[in-house]
Amino acid sequence: MAYLDHAATTTVRPEALAAFSQHAALVGNPSSLHSAGRQSRRVIEESRESIAANLGVRPNDVVFTSGGTESDNLAIKGLYWRARVEDPSRTTLVVSPTEHHAVLDAVEWLIATQQASVVWIPVDSHGVVDLDWLAGYLAQNAPQVALVAVMWVNNETGVISPIETVAAICADYQVALHCDAVQAAAWLPGPGSWLSGPTSLAISGHKFGAPVGVGALILNGVTPEPLTHGGGQEIDVRSGTVATALIASMAAALAASFTGQQAQAARLKDLSAQLHDLLALAVPDVSLNAMSAPRLPTITSASFPGCKADSLLMLLDAANVACSAGSACTAGVPRPSHVLAAMGLDEQSATSSLRFSLGWDTSSADLAAVSAALPAAVQRSRQATNRRRASGRSQVHQ
Amino acid sequence: MTARLRVIAAMSGGVDSAVAAARAVDAGHEVVGVHLALSKNPQSGRDEGRGCCTLSDARDARRSADILGIPFYVWDMAEEFADEVLDDFVAEYQAGRTPNPCMRCNEKIKFAAVLDRAMALGFDAVCTGHYAQILDDPILGRQMFRSVDPAKDQSYVLGVLTEDQLAHSMFPLGDTLKSAVRQEAQDRGLLVARKPDSYDICFIPDGDTAGWLQNRIGSAPGEILDAETGETLGQHEGAYAYTIGQRRGLGVKVAPKDGKPRYVVGVDPASRTVTLGPPTLLNVDSITATNIRWTAMPGQVGVEYWAQVRAHGEPVRSVLVSLQDHPGEEASLTVDLEESLRGVAPGQSLVLYDGRRVVGSGTISGTSSLPRAAVTTPAT
Repeated sequence: MAYLDHAATTTVRPEALAAFSQHAALVGNPSSLHSAGRQSRRVIEESRESIAANLGVRPNDVVFTSGGTESDNLAIKGLYWRARVEDPSRTTLVVSPTEHHAVLDAVEWLIATQQASVVWIPVDSHGVVDLDWLAGYLAQNAPQVALVAVMWVNNETGVISPIETVAAICADYQVALHCDAVQAAAWLPGPGSWLSGPTSLAISGHKFGAPVGVGALILNGVTPEPLTHGGGQEIDVRSGTVATALIASMAAALAASFTGQQAQAARLKDLSAQLHDLLALAVPDVSLNAMSAPRLPTITSASFPGCKADSLLMLLDAANVACSAGSACTAGVPRPSHVLAAMGLDEQSATSSLRFSLGWDTSSADLAAVSAALPAAVQRSRQATNRRRASGRSQVHQ
Repeated sequence: MTARLRVIAAMSGGVDSAVAAARAVDAGHEVVGVHLALSKNPQSGRDEGRGCCTLSDARDARRSADILGIPFYVWDMAEEFADEVLDDFVAEYQAGRTPNPCMRCNEKIKFAAVLDRAMALGFDAVCTGHYAQILDDPILGRQMFRSVDPAKDQSYVLGVLTEDQLAHSMFPLGDTLKSAVRQEAQDRGLLVARKPDSYDICFIPDGDTAGWLQNRIGSAPGEILDAETGETLGQHEGAYAYTIGQRRGLGVKVAPKDGKPRYVVGVDPASRTVTLGPPTLLNVDSITATNIRWTAMPGQVGVEYWAQVRAHGEPVRSVLVSLQDHPGEEASLTVDLEESLRGVAPGQSLVLYDGRRVVGSGTISGTSSLPRAAVTTPAT
């Protein structure tokens, strides 16, 4: 199978699997006071230090969670509640419309149930937030703002936000900034510089080679109100037995990602360029989205005129090519991308877009499989869009 | 030796479509499972109120596909379903008729939109869990027959299908009793083996059609009249809540003078009147239908057919007494019934059978209580 859906989840790295296996076999609750517990606690703290060192943050700022969605929810809800505790007039959330649903739906829940209101930050045709607008808005309204939320790398397009500038603007007006860094972790901006900016950062282990089920929220001098209550294991912000083996595995995956990161980034940039050439060869009228913005080479969003993304995905699946058609509802119905819509793509383009995402183990053979399967899939999908019955069909014999 | 075909198995999440898909796999076909999302929900698709495709139905279908080892996708047909089935359902009731949405869905969605899409994507056929048989007749060609299970026979709701649609349809359960299908599901390890059958209109899961219509249409009050005396018996909130032959929930407090039960015998949306009367006024001896669809060969005037007007109604003997089928005009036909049927409403479908074979279907446009009398067509 040609797996080109690494932004959904990537292959577990061997180092991460080894760390998981090693620690999953050991007994000991890290909160226990005996030696088995202390041994687990030590693994967690060493993992925390390793992750902090790789990200350039302080170990005590790392709060382990179950993944990106929990981290985003903890930040959005927890920081909103914290802001309101300190000043009840801070009820406005200032949010980019291209955020992941983990942020958007948390924001909508706060509006529906917690007296919050939202102001959407205008974005350009690449989905990048309007910095002048943000500075102007905060100059007028900062005292009412509970939180700004801007993601670092968009999960559908790979476009990189100027997060340090956004952070500087928020810092000028002393407003908290949450940054969903789920797609950025392990790629940007390299070890040692994450601290200069956002109030909180969400990361998710399975996006860079850990198993699913572990993530972290990096907190820069703030303490959100907790979402869950119990043992208070993670600095009283997050309760629940801490997942030793998963956390060790996430630390190993992040360390492996940062080893030779520049060489890997260069390799993926080459692969990305190859992919774009192959797409254009296979489907001459393909349109690549948001290509002139700064972007990660790992994510490509492409529109195939006249096609429906869900039928394309199904046909490519049948040809053993795995990619993504944006988000799907719980029942499994693909939904038009809110990200592409916010960028100003018309509905036809938005519903004809696929995401191809590369990972640490992607090879040019994977790309060749895509370009081999695409022409026939595109042709069939166009037929289906037109709903014309194919000719020369055979009779059914039961 | 059967050809290996590429087949879309429409999987509702129920036991029948799961076993049908399993049989298509066993027959050696390349089968892909598809669950149809028929409810519009542009926000998040997470509304609990998804009538026809609840999340648990989608999950059940997915799990059956897993067990069969076939790919599985959800196809969004909500827009087509809203345009072709829901809007039509509302419009028909507003016009004083009684539509059959399952039939409409088969005609416009399952064996049209879904089949067309499947064909365009390179598939050869759509397979469903309907209880009906498709058999090749040496003279007539591809034909549809009743299921061997009389209690489950669904040839009536498939009566709208044309020979071309049948040529690309598979109903693998038509030769099997429902009880055997459940047993087979259990033997195959399908988790839906004991899932209850669905009977209601899928998009009105609570069965309250009048309430559902009222939400859509709003209030349209009018008078309830006595068919024999002409006196006003009460008021209603919308004539669409009444169906010919209906006896319960009439909303009339005045007791009948003769003490006998009253039925809805007429619904006139133009004057917003609902007429009640004794059961004798419900007798129908002649039926006229439009929107004629012949399965293969057209029916012939003077020939006897079995006429069926409800999904699980008893068929009655009838004679095709007239057939208007001129190019450029809407086709219509009239059958005279050998015994009276009670409470036949315009909008219902008439399906004609030759023995167990489906001959064709039409939408009932008028009825009369005396054979060969002038046919009354309700105002539209």
